[in-house]
Amino acid sequence: MFEQLINGLTQGSVYALLALGFTLIFGTLRMVTFAHGEVYMIGAYVGFEIIRLLHPNLLLALAAALAATAILGIAVELLAFHYLRNAPHATSLLVTIGISILLVNAAQKVWGPETQAVPFSLLDRLGNFEFQVGGVYITFLQVAVLGVTVLLMLLLYGIINRTKLGMVIRATAQDYEAAFAMGVNVDRVYMAAFAIGSMLGGVAGVLVGVYYNMFYPTMGGLYGLKAFSASVVGGLTSLPGAVVAGLLIGVVETFSVEFGASNFRHIFSFVFMILILLFRPGGLLGGKGMAQARGD
Amino acid sequence: MPRTLRSLLANVPYLLLLALLAAVPPFLPNPYHVQVLVFIGIYVILALSLNLLNGYVGLLSIGHAAFYAVGAYASAKLTLELHLPWIAALVGSGAIAGAFGYLVARPTLRLSGIYLTLVTLGFNMILFLVLQNWMGFTNGPLGIMDIPPPSLFGYGIRSRLGYYYLILALAVLTVISMHRLMTCRFGRALTAIRENELAAEATGVHTTRYKVQAFVVAAFYAGIAGSFYAHFMNFISPDSFTINESFILLAMLAFGGQGNLIGPVVGAAVLILVPEVFRPLQEYRMFVYGGILIVMMLVRRQGLLGGRPYSLRLTRFDGTEKKVYARGDKFFPEEK
Repeated sequence: MFEQLINGLTQGSVYALLALGFTLIFGTLRMVTFAHGEVYMIGAYVGFEIIRLLHPNLLLALAAALAATAILGIAVELLAFHYLRNAPHATSLLVTIGISILLVNAAQKVWGPETQAVPFSLLDRLGNFEFQVGGVYITFLQVAVLGVTVLLMLLLYGIINRTKLGMVIRATAQDYEAAFAMGVNVDRVYMAAFAIGSMLGGVAGVLVGVYYNMFYPTMGGLYGLKAFSASVVGGLTSLPGAVVAGLLIGVVETFSVEFGASNFRHIFSFVFMILILLFRPGGLLGGKGMAQARGD
Repeated sequence: MPRTLRSLLANVPYLLLLALLAAVPPFLPNPYHVQVLVFIGIYVILALSLNLLNGYVGLLSIGHAAFYAVGAYASAKLTLELHLPWIAALVGSGAIAGAFGYLVARPTLRLSGIYLTLVTLGFNMILFLVLQNWMGFTNGPLGIMDIPPPSLFGYGIRSRLGYYYLILALAVLTVISMHRLMTCRFGRALTAIRENELAAEATGVHTTRYKVQAFVVAAFYAGIAGSFYAHFMNFISPDSFTINESFILLAMLAFGGQGNLIGPVVGAAVLILVPEVFRPLQEYRMFVYGGILIVMMLVRRQGLLGGRPYSLRLTRFDGTEKKVYARGDKFFPEEK
């Protein structure tokens, strides 16, 4: 039972990372992106290539994925939002859908549609062993996933609440016009939010890919949507909400497998999302939520 | 001149096009070409159905394939298990899809439009997963086989050409019925909501109710298309109703333009034809669709034929045609 809880938390922390990316982007731009799952997938593949070709080191893979997804995130922001700043929400949404289609199919052309895996010899060098804590078996990778996630969350918390960049992001999120009037380069802030959000996604990609040792082009689709639901459940603008919702969905999914609903485990996040939208649109932890969504 | 004759004369270009569409297919050398035409017909109905929401009301539905799937599975179940005649299954599957549309739209439309967009996507995902995993009812990824071909008054459809004429009739019915819908009070209310929701509400349009109705109607049409698809292929599986299918529909609208009845038809026809005509492109089909979405949104947001009204009836003979379609300014405003 306790092992299942750890499994669920590991799974959930990845959702939380992805959901944080969504939330950060939505919170700042008041716009939804549908290319986030694909950014995550590209991050996973970058990590995969680093491990396979260069050196089996998790930190190196994470760093490479961070760099790649930051650039990708800025590219998405430019294409879908920067040039369409005054356009209706639907236009940007459709561009992000187009980007996600392109990225999935590009990955299929580059890496093939089949599932790829890191060879076990390399995986062992990454630290594919397990140890026992008080009668519970925990794998090193689970510790790595949880550790990296917690570290990143603390880092993000620090950036948002303690640095100048964070202050600017918060100001823009609150009222971008006022921030602009006070001399904030709003375009730069949007780009930064997109880069940070995408980096969180890229890290999640590497962690999931290595944890399950599965890399495939459509891996972003379901994860992206689930993380998106987590973000909605958390209230779409609340960073703590995204973390709580992500963990909750991960744990519920894992326990649903335990109780024999494994075929339907993927549905829970969407059911949660719809229930939250119906009964508590502000999100789990309250707040204004999407009431502030820009346009329709 | 009698009125009917006058309206016939006014619609001569469309009647000629229809005559062409009816006359040419029997002479096509390859039955595969007819099959492509059938698919164009299916997607024309689907694109028009999505256009009702995305183009006319300004509600963005990005999971429209879900209602297509509901229609297909409902029709298969109605004919195979309840042994209903084809025509009853056709209408019934449309109605069932409409009911699902109501279930999706009614609770979410109380909130702002973006909620609906999210829930349509979620609904598409959930439905796909249910179809994939509910072995007892949908037979999972194996799909449902041996769906009987349509038959009416004892005449069964056997040939591809028969299917072609059936889908042509359905598509024409869709166009005409949508035209009627959009020019009556209902359609004007929808256009008013798109143009300025606040003003519409102030002048007494019950916006939420009309939006829900529009959603139900759109789901109904998608269900009809799904039903035809099921009886045409004789086999359905969840793979035909993925989220990609919804995205293809969005690309069709983005390409052809929305907010009128011509754009979606052109978009559907071109986007089905292009990968067929340029065979090497087949492999890069999704690239084309994704690229079209991005390029059209950046370069010509209103689509090829969007942003201006194309009335189905060009002019009345006495020149008193009233333009009932306003320009799609709010949803896809033109560059100033």
